[in-house]
Amino acid sequence: MSTVRAAAILAAKELRAELRTRELLATTIVFVLVVVVLFSFTFDPTSAESRRFGPGLLWLAFLFAGSLMLQPCFVKEQQNDTISALRLAPIEPFFIFLGKLAANVFFMFLAELLLLPIFAILSNVPVLGVLWQLLLVFLLGSVGIAGLGTALSAISAHARMRELLLPLLLLPALAPVLIASTEATAGLLAETPEFRQQWLGFLVAFDVVFLTATWLFGEYLLEE
Amino acid sequence: MSQPQQPLGVRFENIEKRYGSIVGLRGVSLAIASGECVALVGHNGSGKTTLLRVAATLIRPSSGKLAFSSYGNASSEIRRRLSMVAHATMLYEEFTAAENLQLTGQLYGVENSSRRIGELLEHAGLAARRGSLVRTFSRGMRQRLAIARALLTEPSLLLLDEPGTGLDVQGAAWLTDTLRQLRDAGCTILMSLHGRSELAPIATRALRLEAGAVAADSAVAGTVRGVLNSVVP
Repeated sequence: MSTVRAAAILAAKELRAELRTRELLATTIVFVLVVVVLFSFTFDPTSAESRRFGPGLLWLAFLFAGSLMLQPCFVKEQQNDTISALRLAPIEPFFIFLGKLAANVFFMFLAELLLLPIFAILSNVPVLGVLWQLLLVFLLGSVGIAGLGTALSAISAHARMRELLLPLLLLPALAPVLIASTEATAGLLAETPEFRQQWLGFLVAFDVVFLTATWLFGEYLLEE
Repeated sequence: MSQPQQPLGVRFENIEKRYGSIVGLRGVSLAIASGECVALVGHNGSGKTTLLRVAATLIRPSSGKLAFSSYGNASSEIRRRLSMVAHATMLYEEFTAAENLQLTGQLYGVENSSRRIGELLEHAGLAARRGSLVRTFSRGMRQRLAIARALLTEPSLLLLDEPGTGLDVQGAAWLTDTLRQLRDAGCTILMSLHGRSELAPIATRALRLEAGAVAADSAVAGTVRGVLNSVVP
């Protein structure tokens, strides 16, 4: 079976399960919404202030939302040992990871899309002129967060203190993605928007490195 | 019920599995020929589940070698030809019975999967509940569905960990009849049993495990019934 087909089957399974229960998406969107609204009260909502702090706060909100979303990613597969059913299937372990990654990126990106206009209104920052570039940064940043987060979720799922372990591993490991995403977003939200290609390049490199590492060591990530 | 694919045997060569200081399996060496129906018995913690999960390639042994007839080491082709019914049902509770089987059919590339799924749900007595979410099922119904899921891929090697769990008298009779048909069709079966299981009579060979090692094998000495009855309650 091709990589794309196997991953698509598993991503569709994740989407179907989530759309049926709406547990993760609802929690994540509400969480990010609360964070963005609280930030808007904390800072003076002038454009200059928002341009200064907005990108960092936005990505911190995305990161915390992402960690909320990633936590149950593999834990829920242990409830009825469905992870064993997936591992028994005649597909590469990386496909299991890829299916989950695709679903996680989709959910994160959806939450970001919903939150962007709210952030723009509350922070008084125009985003329409740089919308496509901003969405590209969101996508690359989300792949970085979800890529590493999904891998760490698989590792921490077997641990006893998994609720504590994932954020502990995730937050420091994602610092480079956060810095790059924040810098790229700050460039786009500046008074004179600029497309900071070096940070985009960094995000692409991070995503490629971690996806390759997971492809090489995926079998060990899912091992009992 | 459909015929299984080509026969598949499995050979354990001095398999050891350690969990830190705890030894799960202790130098297990045995060969299970294709078409055999082997009952694994032993007390709790004797290594039955570990042995089944090693055979399913879910657990990597600490040392020793696992080989499958015709294929040698584990590969996707072997996984395509083996199925497992574990102690947990391996079912998604937020999916319907049919959706659980469809997912398996898609991942294994089962041909005519819609027809097969219909047949298997009928066979398992779940046709009327094909559209019901698994979380609304009783333990016995879940077990029937788990068995149907394992049979969907027409396995050559079927691994069952206490498959009678949760089944009522009718369910146990259905399972015995199903496994008897599979055995007669040439499918290799390795199943762990406990107590006086209704499945015992269909076994063609019995193994008793003690502290992770094979303590008795009916193929070496004794009868199937003798080994099965040798587990002191």
